[in-house]
Amino acid sequence: MTTTAPANPTSTSPARSDTLLDFSDVEMKFPNGTVALHGVDLTVNRGEFVTVVGPSGCGKSTLLRIASGLERASQGTAAVKTDRIGYVFQDATLLPWRTVEANVELLAELNGRSASERTVKAQEAIDLVGLSGFEKNLPKELSGGMKMRASLARSLTLDPELFLFDEPFGALDEITRERLNDELLRLFVEKQFAGLFITHSVSEAVYLSTRVIVMSGRPGTIVDTFDVPFPMPRSPEIRFEAEFGKLVGEVSHALREGHH
Amino acid sequence: MAIDTRVDSTQRTTRRRSGSSRGMNVGLPIVVFFLLLGLFYLAALYYDKAKQLPFLVPYPHLILKAVFTEPAFQTQLVQALGSTLLVAVVGLVIAVVIGMIWAVIMAQAKWLESALFPYAVVLLCIPILALVPLIGSLFGYEFKSRVIVTVLFCLFPMIASTLFGLQSIDKGQRELFQLQGAGRFTLLMKLRFPAALPSIFVGLRNAAGLAVIGAVVADQFFQRGNGGLGVLISIENQRLNGPEMYAAIFTASILGVLVFVLFNVLRRLAIGKWYDQN
Ligand SMILES: Nc1ncnc2c1ncn2[C@@H]1O[C@H](COP(=O)(O)OP(=O)(O)OP(=O)(O)O)[C@@H](O)[C@H]1O
Ligand SMILES: [Mg+2]
Repeated sequence: MTTTAPANPTSTSPARSDTLLDFSDVEMKFPNGTVALHGVDLTVNRGEFVTVVGPSGCGKSTLLRIASGLERASQGTAAVKTDRIGYVFQDATLLPWRTVEANVELLAELNGRSASERTVKAQEAIDLVGLSGFEKNLPKELSGGMKMRASLARSLTLDPELFLFDEPFGALDEITRERLNDELLRLFVEKQFAGLFITHSVSEAVYLSTRVIVMSGRPGTIVDTFDVPFPMPRSPEIRFEAEFGKLVGEVSHALREGHH
Repeated sequence: MAIDTRVDSTQRTTRRRSGSSRGMNVGLPIVVFFLLLGLFYLAALYYDKAKQLPFLVPYPHLILKAVFTEPAFQTQLVQALGSTLLVAVVGLVIAVVIGMIWAVIMAQAKWLESALFPYAVVLLCIPILALVPLIGSLFGYEFKSRVIVTVLFCLFPMIASTLFGLQSIDKGQRELFQLQGAGRFTLLMKLRFPAALPSIFVGLRNAAGLAVIGAVVADQFFQRGNGGLGVLISIENQRLNGPEMYAAIFTASILGVLVFVLFNVLRRLAIGKWYDQN
């Protein structure tokens, strides 16, 4: 099946709808012959939060790696119209010898920002993710959820316009994950970035996104797209609404259909 | 002891466990020490009475007597110790510098590693004895040659540990830097080198121990100039001075142990705060 047309704005997208990511007919064939992606068309606009679900190994990470510039598509065009990209990995990838504060400052430091600017930016981001008071702690003293918060804060210092998330909460327990989902939604509403999020959890996908994309197994193609009608900001309570449950059911069904 | 544990019990159990295991760390070696001392006396007795060769295995108290009551020997021992220490330190510093540079170069690219690593292995496999005449004729039979032998002894562990450490970063961390367009040098200074520190300190500790061994062995080959402990050992051996020879041997061994302990302490000071052993 096909994807969204940019002309079809989602219910929550704000007045400005500039396209930040525009993939058309993207194919990824690795040197060893593995075809990870095939004919992928995808756009993500500012104010959109797009989530990708799909079976393991279908090329979701590859999609993000192409978007971030870590990998080059072997065919098609993969346009990203900003250089302010945030990328949150599945592991927090904190540097164990740096304190939370120094870890959060890292990206600004690598971008050659001045020390005073870094400090301000880092403190702002740390407050935003709720890690105030842990500035001087080392990563080994943090829980998994706190590490993930630090990793989020690190990306936030760059004021990303396009935010890529590769299963960031996959390793966390349910309660921590739901709490971080709420924090992430709050950040999204506040910062209005364009989000591209990967997850294995269908309910997480529906809860976070303005649009859910379902991919099939290898070679990964987009088999279905669901617009999520719930307005932002969302309350955790919507998880218990019939409408929500119905959409989760439909996405799960599409996921199972595309599986073989 | 019991009271200490009580006071401690208000703290976390892990604390207490590490405390008691440290107690075992001291207790058992002391027991073993006295067992070994007993065996030593038995051996000394055997060589004294049965074999009539007391200088081969002297009584331990005679060794202590040689160290603490013979001023002439004391002077010799201290001079030899100083000389050995100098050779070991200079050799170690050279090996650390060469080893780290070598490893950093190899860590830059796979082809550099495959081009240069075999030569690091060659270092490990050189029968140093076979090189001795050559080193002697090229560099003389004094300080310089001793240092060269010492370097040959401790270079490999430095190269191997540094390289292993530099390569220990994970893909995610590397890509984090790559995404910000960080260059090789930034990557090295801000990621690879700090990540390599735990491994580098293991290498340093091992290399330092080997530097002492190397310096003593080098003395056996190159006996001119200010001789070190190895020279003193040979001399006392030729003179059949059992206690003096053993005193020099033990001094060399204790030096090796102290160096090992010193680098363990340095390691803890440098990285103990952030590095989780497990
Ligand atoms: N560098 C590479 N060389 C060859 N094949 C690769 C490479 N990277 C990924 N692949 C293959 O491409 C396919 C897609 O990988 P990718 O990591 O994008 O999957 P994924 O959807 O993220 O899976 P998961 O949900 O398990 O994270 C897999 O079959 C993988 O083995
Ligand atoms: Mg993946």
